[in-house]
Amino acid sequence: MKPAIDPLPAGQSAVTSGERPLTAPDGRPAAGQPKWRRDFPIDLGQDDVVSRRELVRFLVLTSGAFVVGQVWLAIKSLVERAAPPAPALAIASTDEVPIGGAKVFEYPAGSPPRLLIRTGASAFVAYDQQCTHLLCPVIPMVAEGRLHCPCHNGWFDLATGRPLAGPPRRPLPRVTLEVRGRTIYATGLEVSP
Amino acid sequence: MNGRPRRSRSQRLTIVNAMLVFVIVIVVLQLWLLTASVNAYLAGDRAIVLPAAAASLACFALNAGLLRYLRGLDG
Repeated sequence: MKPAIDPLPAGQSAVTSGERPLTAPDGRPAAGQPKWRRDFPIDLGQDDVVSRRELVRFLVLTSGAFVVGQVWLAIKSLVERAAPPAPALAIASTDEVPIGGAKVFEYPAGSPPRLLIRTGASAFVAYDQQCTHLLCPVIPMVAEGRLHCPCHNGWFDLATGRPLAGPPRRPLPRVTLEVRGRTIYATGLEVSP
Repeated sequence: MNGRPRRSRSQRLTIVNAMLVFVIVIVVLQLWLLTASVNAYLAGDRAIVLPAAAASLACFALNAGLLRYLRGLDG
């Protein structure tokens, strides 16, 4: 913010800043101005222009921050695409989980908790245990064919993992399974849009 | 006579206001892009992330161009 007139010393003529002469709004030199204007020599109109320009600068900086976020997301996406899939992992034996029961496991090791659910004599499904709304653990309700998130009353379809009701909008990520003999293996992750 | 005639303060203020509106609209568009991209990424839709990043970069380039124009307004 540039002063409209030269505040000090009083009695001097209007000053110049760069190429432009700065004068008081009434055009008189600083010597003829009242003391309050010499003490606070900022022209209101000019002040508005400067403030708007500062806001534009701040917004352009914000715009740059959004680009950084987008690029970070793109790089993360590319790195994940290039990463090899996790190898198959034995997560349970068929005897371990009764029909209608569930078991929590990690796949791959160190991942967020996943949920293995037995829906029939030889039918198993596995999903992320975390609700896609705010990461509360979901509860399988096999008899109703649904998964329930008690935090905000969200519901998911047990067969597909798709959201049925409540705040969740994204399906539960699904773990693909393979049963070899009496052992259940997790073989991969499916995140469907 | 050399160069463009110097604009008056009120003319410059109008231009600054118009540029400010442009920049705000573009930044809101970028915010929407980022929100939609994060939502798609978390849902496993990776295909949208790269085009969205390119679009956001283009928006930033436009914003930087407008800022450059505004700086030139005083020069």
